[in-house]
Amino acid sequence: MDRTLDFYQFGFLVLKTVFIFAITLVHVAFTTYAERKIIGRAQARFGPKEVGPHGILQPLADFLKIFGKEDIIPQSAYQPVFKIAPIIVFAFTAVNLTVIPFEQGFILADLNVGVLFILASASLAVYGIILAGWSSNSRYSFLGGLRSAAQVLSYEIALTLSLASVVLMAGSLKLSDIVVAQHNSFFGFYAIPQIIGFVVFVIAAFAETNRTPFDLPEAETELVAGYLTEYSAFRYALFFLGEYTAMYIMASLAALCYLGGWTVPKYVMAILPFLKWIPGWVWFLLKVYLFIFLYIWVRATFPRYRFDQLLSLGWKVLIPLGFVNLFITILFKKLFA
Amino acid sequence: MVPLSWYLIVSFCLFGIGLVGFLIRRNLIMLLLSIEIMLNAVNLSLVALGHYLQDIRPQVMALFIIGCAAGAVAVGLILLVITYRNKATLKVDEFNLLRED
Amino acid sequence: MVLQGLFLYFALMILGTGILGITQKNPVKSLLWILLTFVHLGGLYLLLNAEFLAVVQIIVYAGAILVMFLFVIFLLDLKEEEKGEVFLKSWQLRVWAILLLVFFLVIGGLNYKIFYQGPYTIEFIEKEGHSKALGLVLFSDYVYPLILLGFILLVPLIGIGIMLFGRKTNGSS
Repeated sequence: MDRTLDFYQFGFLVLKTVFIFAITLVHVAFTTYAERKIIGRAQARFGPKEVGPHGILQPLADFLKIFGKEDIIPQSAYQPVFKIAPIIVFAFTAVNLTVIPFEQGFILADLNVGVLFILASASLAVYGIILAGWSSNSRYSFLGGLRSAAQVLSYEIALTLSLASVVLMAGSLKLSDIVVAQHNSFFGFYAIPQIIGFVVFVIAAFAETNRTPFDLPEAETELVAGYLTEYSAFRYALFFLGEYTAMYIMASLAALCYLGGWTVPKYVMAILPFLKWIPGWVWFLLKVYLFIFLYIWVRATFPRYRFDQLLSLGWKVLIPLGFVNLFITILFKKLFA
Repeated sequence: MVPLSWYLIVSFCLFGIGLVGFLIRRNLIMLLLSIEIMLNAVNLSLVALGHYLQDIRPQVMALFIIGCAAGAVAVGLILLVITYRNKATLKVDEFNLLRED
Repeated sequence: MVLQGLFLYFALMILGTGILGITQKNPVKSLLWILLTFVHLGGLYLLLNAEFLAVVQIIVYAGAILVMFLFVIFLLDLKEEEKGEVFLKSWQLRVWAILLLVFFLVIGGLNYKIFYQGPYTIEFIEKEGHSKALGLVLFSDYVYPLILLGFILLVPLIGIGIMLFGRKTNGSS
């Protein structure tokens, strides 16, 4: 059977892809600004104020500065892998955008195995970190890369367990099916019946994206900058683009799997009927922004975990909790459905 | 339409590549890696047969092979680390304690 | 047409990266080529309508087993190992023998005739999804092998525990 697209369908797909990627990059740029403002306010100071009204053109200034910097590559670094490592991280994080449904029917590729696709690309993005550390040919980078990779791999298991419970409750691996199943369930969204899984997912999402309180690999006081030590200018910016995009992917995943995606619960819609005039993607964006605000809020509030505390939290606390959640979900499904 | 024999040829060539890697390399880690290539070649053959014979049981077997290969590789790497601790070398032609000359 | 083009790309990349993977001197570079082999193999599974197996291949092989290999290579710190010959002494004879074997296998593969058709048609798998089709067979006919697989994967865990924490007797340093 031939499932190729004709010219117009292909052109429309390219247009949708460019649109989604452009919107995501604009969001990533303004998240850097929002983070500096919010953390500034949490620390009783203003954030950036100089560039543009209220400092809103600060991302543009940062962008221009990054392009002006000199691109330094260490002489004993293994050049092909050194250059390709940030691209691996960014590419395998950005490819997750293709399976995320922003609205009913607005999805780039409605895969049958959408949830597993996100987990697979998370597994491949770890390679960028390990290769960045190894190819820099420097002790700090190497150890930082191995540490960061160990952290990501450990918390990936907890992430998989929490997502497995969601998939079990929804009965499908497709992300759009999960949102529809949430809309038809009793509570309207899965954060309440899967509260343990939600907590596990949030903590694992913080660790997967190397954000505080798990940002030991990139903290300035530890191992210089970990696997990023030898990277300068645009390659450094590419790593950070990858990190913020991963934040958005995790926030979208939380919004889709636990908070109801583009839907509003039926009982809320019954009480406030005017809500049905607001389109679905607005609700999706609001839930994503809520999660990003949580990310920034936690960064301003909590201190950093030490590396052995980090690993013991991942293995000894989150994985047993994930299993407990899975068992409760299995019992629930067996007895009541 | 891609005929089944093309998939089988790719699978056999990949198996040959894995076998060559297993028989000519000196480094013990490369031997384990070649075993992985051979297992993957067999997986490809099974999945292709499952598709063309319209039976899903070869693909179930491929899933089991992926799982067992993970366990086998883990045990192989444990033995490799213990060997390296005891002999401080990973070259297979230096494992000649049982030779008689 | 597109299908054959994609198959040709995946097949050539698999064989090319496979050959490059077994001939490199540095084990890390070898492993990176083999990683590409596994990813393209996953792509080939997608062409065969086995999307669950493709993603499991990426997650397990490319994302877990090869990372395990990489960590062991880094742990052993093989700086002195890279000196010396890459291949064994009699490698030419072995390569010719295996080429002969592959030649006969390829002739056998070209003469393969499909001799029966089972019940799981392509339309069924496309409608239900490959995960559900696998699950239907896995959890009804093959439950015991699945539980045994769990035990098989428990053994390396115990092995690692013994390797790391079990050296109370006269083990080496």
